[in-house]
Order: sequence, then structure tokens, then C-alpha cells
Amino acid sequence: MTAPVRVTRRAFLVGLNLSLGGLALGVYPRLATADEPSGRAGPAPQPASEAHEDATKGLDPNVLVHIGDDGHTTIVCHRSEMGQGVRSSIPILIADELGATLERVVVLQADGDKKYGDQNTDGSSSIRRFYDDLRRAGAAARMMLISAAAKRWNVKPESCVARDHQVIHPPTQRALGFGELVPAASKLPVPAAKAITLRPESELVNVKKASLPLLDGPAIVTGTALFGADVKLPGQLIAVIARPPTVGGKVARYDAARALKIPGVRRVVEMPVPKAPWMFQPWGGLAIVADTTWAALKGRAALEVSWDPGSNEVADSATMRDEMLSSVRTAGTPLRSLGDADAALASAAKVIEAEYLVPHLAHITMEPPAAIAQVASGRAEVWAPTQNPQAARTEVARVLGIGEDKVTVHVTLLGGGFGRKSKADFVSEAAFLAREMGAPVRVQWTREDDLRHDYYNAVNAQRLRAGLDGRGAVIAWHHRTAFPPIKSTFVAGTTTPAIDDLQQGVLDLALSTPNVRAEACAATPRVRIGWYRSVYNIFHAFAVGSFIDELAVARGMDPRDAWLDMIGPARILGLQDLGIAKLSNYGEPLDRHPVDAGRLRRVVERVTEASRWSTRKQQGRTLGLAAHRSFVTYTAVVLSVVPDKQRVFRIDEAWISMDPGTVVNQDRVRSQMEGGVIMGISNALFGGVTLKQGAVQQSNFRDARIARIRDVPRKIHLDLVASGGPPCGVGEPPVPPVGAALANAVFALTGKRVRELPIAAAFRI
Amino acid sequence: MKIRVNGVDQTLDDNVDPDMPLLWAIRDLLGLTGTKYGCGEALCGSCTVHLDGHAVRSCVTPVRRASGRSVVTIEGLSKDGNHPVQKAWLALRVPQCGFCQSGQIMSAAALLAARPRPTDDEIDTSMAGNLCRCGTYPRIRAAIRKAAGLPEDAT
Repeated sequence: MTAPVRVTRRAFLVGLNLSLGGLALGVYPRLATADEPSGRAGPAPQPASEAHEDATKGLDPNVLVHIGDDGHTTIVCHRSEMGQGVRSSIPILIADELGATLERVVVLQADGDKKYGDQNTDGSSSIRRFYDDLRRAGAAARMMLISAAAKRWNVKPESCVARDHQVIHPPTQRALGFGELVPAASKLPVPAAKAITLRPESELVNVKKASLPLLDGPAIVTGTALFGADVKLPGQLIAVIARPPTVGGKVARYDAARALKIPGVRRVVEMPVPKAPWMFQPWGGLAIVADTTWAALKGRAALEVSWDPGSNEVADSATMRDEMLSSVRTAGTPLRSLGDADAALASAAKVIEAEYLVPHLAHITMEPPAAIAQVASGRAEVWAPTQNPQAARTEVARVLGIGEDKVTVHVTLLGGGFGRKSKADFVSEAAFLAREMGAPVRVQWTREDDLRHDYYNAVNAQRLRAGLDGRGAVIAWHHRTAFPPIKSTFVAGTTTPAIDDLQQGVLDLALSTPNVRAEACAATPRVRIGWYRSVYNIFHAFAVGSFIDELAVARGMDPRDAWLDMIGPARILGLQDLGIAKLSNYGEPLDRHPVDAGRLRRVVERVTEASRWSTRKQQGRTLGLAAHRSFVTYTAVVLSVVPDKQRVFRIDEAWISMDPGTVVNQDRVRSQMEGGVIMGISNALFGGVTLKQGAVQQSNFRDARIARIRDVPRKIHLDLVASGGPPCGVGEPPVPPVGAALANAVFALTGKRVRELPIAAAFRI
Repeated sequence: MKIRVNGVDQTLDDNVDPDMPLLWAIRDLLGLTGTKYGCGEALCGSCTVHLDGHAVRSCVTPVRRASGRSVVTIEGLSKDGNHPVQKAWLALRVPQCGFCQSGQIMSAAALLAARPRPTDDEIDTSMAGNLCRCGTYPRIRAAIRKAAGLPEDAT
């Protein structure tokens, strides 16, 4: 067992032998005023050995790998851990490529720094986009160690192998440990990226294991894991902020006298007034800064304030619904055109039409946003559960008017992210207040703050029309979608989705239909819009997946057969076949990650076979099916619903087939599949916040529901399709098909077609 | 005010507001941060601790109610993380982000103390107050059954 060691006093490491827990913060020069932060009351970690206190000696082929001359290996995780397992997946991939023994590796969480490249942990991209780069980081170190050994033995490097933390020359059975080779290897040139050769994938032994112990598991189950609100600095204060209820609102009048009478309240601070575009600015209002969280909360309750609501006071979800429906009832910007959809619809024997609505969705991370900052001597140091530490660094520097090089952002564990914590508003609030107070300040968002001041998933309306010929074949497909795009948060006045927004389930939809048109329609943004796990795919997959089921009914077909018919034969669809000018394809080249109807068919076939689809209305259960391509991964879901006396129906069983290409850290992929199905159930069954006079009406878990344990199927069957090939997204793709699968199952059981989420509202359950 | 926390007698300052929720006393005054804030209204269970052996939501429990009584938090559930629930949690790799898990574990431990071999319905009923956004519920059920010595799969 490796004891937790520290590369500097600031940097607690977790052993990759995966049997130890602890904090893990990045290495950075300490501020003169700072003492050790501690979020734990238990014994402090073991003091660092001298060797690790001064750990600059060693082999450093790149920013992700450090091998000391005692062989101790540090691997940096430069992306944020929010439950997806990236803190084990990245280091294990690098360690396997290197040939390291996991017991000798510790994981270091990186600070926000451009030297690491892209650290924005979103878009299901950590493995998908960096699989080869991460392997190269390990391979570079391996090649240098092998070169050093080969030189020492006077043999060819090709005749040596690296495994079990040593370089071995099999013909002569000689071996040297990594540590022994470090002094010579560190003097060698780092191989150029093009010269780096990767191992055969079959040699990535730990990566391929069915399960690995959880890196942070021991710390989590004993309560010592460090989340955003758990960092403590000497003399820290706690701030709770009263924010304007409407976007663009501001303080009209306030009287702080009663708040200041609460024992422990230090000051009431006016926050800067945000200006459109909203971006990641501190979110305005009045901060109550106090000695304890309780005093700050009481202070906020006692504060007398009235708000100037600004122009969004007119915003009302019912009005927005009407506006979006009229938007999709008129022509939008055509972004996909194949054949002649108008002519085909005009000549169709039958036209089927349906409109679908999905509300604004809130992220509702179990950990509400929180961050702690201290600002001293022209420098700022921040600890935050951020998905995007570089963006946080940029925003903190902007708010404080100092250079980014004067800002340090440490990344704690994230108590859920789902896209919420890629926005840095809560981090910059902490930095602003720390400077104002001249003391470290933790900003604590309450659940009410979280629900009312989120960057919501876009509200959406869609209209789908299909033309059937005399034999029931689908000859035309016409799709309109209206939603306020995320860009509106960054460029004020943006109302219409662009071509890159429609990649998510509109443009990349594999269809056998010869005549297709898709249009983007306008919707006015009334709140901050942001990324939320699987983003626009949520509503596009809901509408398309429901509509295919509706068409099956109209065509008198089994829904599975209708799905396979709509997808068409196994084939690759190029831009021309899709009828589009370009496909941003989640940043992936189309030759590497094409639109593959065969892979979509396969998950449909597998999930229906596993769920015994042919018995879909027997044995007291009713099944619903949907499938979707997102983040270049293919997913199909079947849900089973059974009648329930109190709640009309209950979801008793679920099946998910997912093909994400090559898989790293299988158990964490499977846990994402389980969790994605459950988040999809939450979205479809309960999801949505509503606006009244510009303000979000929901406030806490009593009116903003998410799935509880009793809402979740007793059995979720996971089918991880190991198709090989380049790795695809994992964190988000399980979510999109769930909504339509549920609506389709509920229709099959009750005969009621729900076209507007949440489903619970349609049944008043 | 005296409270016994994880077997250690703690004295809170005389001027501590007796209405302060136990959650904030534990976190802000005693520095035990394993107990989490998730809602402040006893709706999510992230703040679950044991008060004289019973699971309570510390976010709505005034600290005065704990006066002279014994509180156990996640940090004190066992020495070295070896409570059967903690062991089952690791064996089945239950946590994803981990934030709600201390509350889940405290609720599960209280359930098993009262019902050593709970039925699936009893598990769902007694864990209904603990929310998880990552969706670890299937593994929570399995881990509770494992800790109880029952087959992991639902019946």
C-alpha cells in the first residue's frame, strides 16, 4: 500500500492502487497569507517525505506524467471529476500505456491552466477526444525509459518492453526499474508526437478490466472527500446572496439594518450589476457576509429589498409556449433538405402531424454551487467544483481586473456537474466578495438559488409532419424546432438556432425517407440558457422518438419494425445523403465518426431482443422503445411500465443498449448508463421549471421533483456493445432516448399520447 | 451547550444560536464536512445523521435538540470505514459524484439497525427521502441487500 504523499504541501494525492482515499488538489505556489486548507476533522494526511516535497527531480516528458527517481509516478488528471470516473479513467489509460504498476502511481488533480490544453469537462469528450493524446503522454515516458535501458544494455530499443514498472529485455532476461532509469531517461529528448508509437490495445490491461475500485470511494464513504463547500481557510467568511428574481433585474431599494442585527452578520455587499450578454458574470444582488452559513441565511431572510424586475418581467411560460408554437407553425431557416418534401407532402395519401413541447430543465446538482476564494497581494486563489477551471480563471481575472497569471483555480470534487458547473458565475462571485471583505469568502448557493438562477436547458417546441403513400410508406419528413440557443447567453439578442445547434438529433438523424426538410425557428431567450447533460438532444430525441411511434400506430406497424424501417438499411450516411451542408458532429471528423445507420439499427435490435419485445403487451407489462445517436454514440432504450393503483403507472424494468466504440473503465461506463436512464426518467416524468412574471416558480424539491428511489425500475439491464473503433461519448448518450421510450410505453399502456413534458403533469401524478 | 459527536464530547459556545440547524453546527462550528447541505428543508436527505441512533435530517434539526444527546455523522459511523454498509458501498462501487452518499449511507445504516433483513419495499420506503441526481439508486438497493446478507438482485 502506498501512503498518501504530497508533491507540495498543497497537493494531496490519491494512490492509483485504488485503495486509499484523500483530498486531491493541484500543485501551485502557495500564497504567503494562506495556511493549509482543511475540510476534514480527522487526522491530517501523512507528512510528505522530503523526496516528494521536492519532487521536481525526475522524468517529466509532458505536463501529465512525472516519474521520480524512486520510481514513484504522478499522473495528472486535468479534467474534472463529477461522478463519471474520469479521475481513474485518465490515469489508468496513461499508466497502462506507460507500463506502470498501479500501486506506484498517484493521481494529482490539475489546476486550471492552459498548459493542459482543453480542460472543459463537457460534451462527453474526455476519453472520446483525448484517447490517443492521453496514451501518447504515457507512451512518451515509456519510450524514454526504454531508450535509456537500451543504451545501458547496448541493445535495440525495439527489443525491450516496459511493464510492471520496469523495462525488460526479454532475450537476456535483464530488467531495470523505472526509478533506476529516470536519471538517464530525463536527459534524453522527449519524442515528437509523430514519433510516438502506441502499444497494441490488447496490452492495456487495467483499462479493459470489468471493474476497478473507485479512486475516491473510500473518502466518499467515510465523509472525507473534498467537495466545493468543504474547503476551509483560516478566517473565512460565508456569503449568501439575495439575487434579483428576474434575469436582467436589479436592486431597486434595500435596507440592511435588520440583516445587520443578526449576530454573526458582518456586512451586506452590493454585487456588481450584470449586463447582457450574461456569460459567466457574478449574478448580481446583495451579498450577506457572515461568520457562519446560518447567520448568512438568517441575514438574507431579514434583509429588506425590493427589485426592479427589468424587461423580462413579461416572461411567462404559458406565453412562451404559445409563441414557440406559432414559431414552428411558420417556416423557419431551412437547414436540411433532401428531395422535395413539399411536393411529397402534397402528393401524400395521408399526412401525420404532431407538436411536442419540452420545458426549461434545471440541472439540480445535489451539491448546489459553492466556491471559496481569497484575494491578497494582487493574487487570487480559488477552490471550486468547476467543470471548466480555465473559464473560471478567466472570469475571476476579469472581475478582479488582474492578469490570469495572478489567479489560481483549484478543482475540488464536483457534487454533480451535468453542465451547470461549466459556468463560472458562482466562482467569480466568491472572488469578488473575497476582495471586498479582505478575507477568504465562501459563497454558498441554496437550493432555491440553484433552481431559480440556473443556466437552464432550452425550452422547446417542435412540429413534425410525415407523408405516407398509399401503401403506408413514409415518403416525406418535415421537422421544425424552436428554442432559444445557448449562444444567447454569450451574444445578446440571439433567438434562432444555428446549424451547429441542429446537429443534435435533427441533421444527423439517419432516415430512409427520400424527401426531408428540417428548419430552425426562433424563440426569445428569457433566462440564461446553458448546456445540460445531452442538451438539445433531450427534446429532439423526445419528439423524433415519439413521432416514429405515432407513425407506427398510423401505419399499423409494430414500433420496432417502424424504427428499423425509418432508419433504413445498414449504411453510412454522408452529408449528401443527409441533405445538409455541414455537420459539426461533436467536433469529430465524419470519416472517423460517420453517421452509421447500421450501428443505430444494431442497438435497436439488441435492446428489443433483450427485452423480449415480441411479448411487449403481455405478462402485465407494456414496453416502449426509442433510439438516438448523440456524441457519436448509438443508444437504444426500452422501458416497461405496469399499471399502478395510486400513480396510474410504474416503471418496473429498463433495458439500454449502448455502442460507444472502444470502452475505457467499463464499470464507470455502466454506471453512466444506469444514471443516464434515471436522469432521463427524471427529465421526462418530472422535469421542468416554469416562469411567471419573469421569475422561476419552483423553489425546492417539493415543487421541483427528480426521481426518488421508488420511481426507478427495480431492474435496469445494461448492454454495453463493445464495437471497438474510436471511442465515442459516454456521459450524455444514455439520456436522450429515455423520454420517448417512456412516453411510448405509457401510450401503449394507457392509450394517452403525451406530447408535452413532464409526463407526470399530463396524468396529475 | 454540550453535544456528544462521534463519541467525543463537544461544547458549543454559549452565544451559538440554539435554532441553528445541527447541519451548520456540525459543518461550520465542528468542522465535520462529511454531512452535506442539499436543500435545507428535509427534502433530499443529504444531511442525514444519527441522533441517539435515529436517522434525522440535520438541516431542520435545531442544534438545541441535540443538546445532551449523541450525534453520529458519517465520519463516526465506523472506525476505518468498516461498517457493513460502507463495505458494501465500496464492493458494489455505488457512488458516482459522491455528494449524497454520506446521507444515503447514514439512512441505510439506520434502516439495517432497525430492520436487519429489509424487503425491497422496505428499502424503497425508508430510502425515499434520500435523493441522488447521478442515479445510483439501483446500486444503493443492491448494496443494502448485500450489507444485510441478502442476494444483491431484486426479487
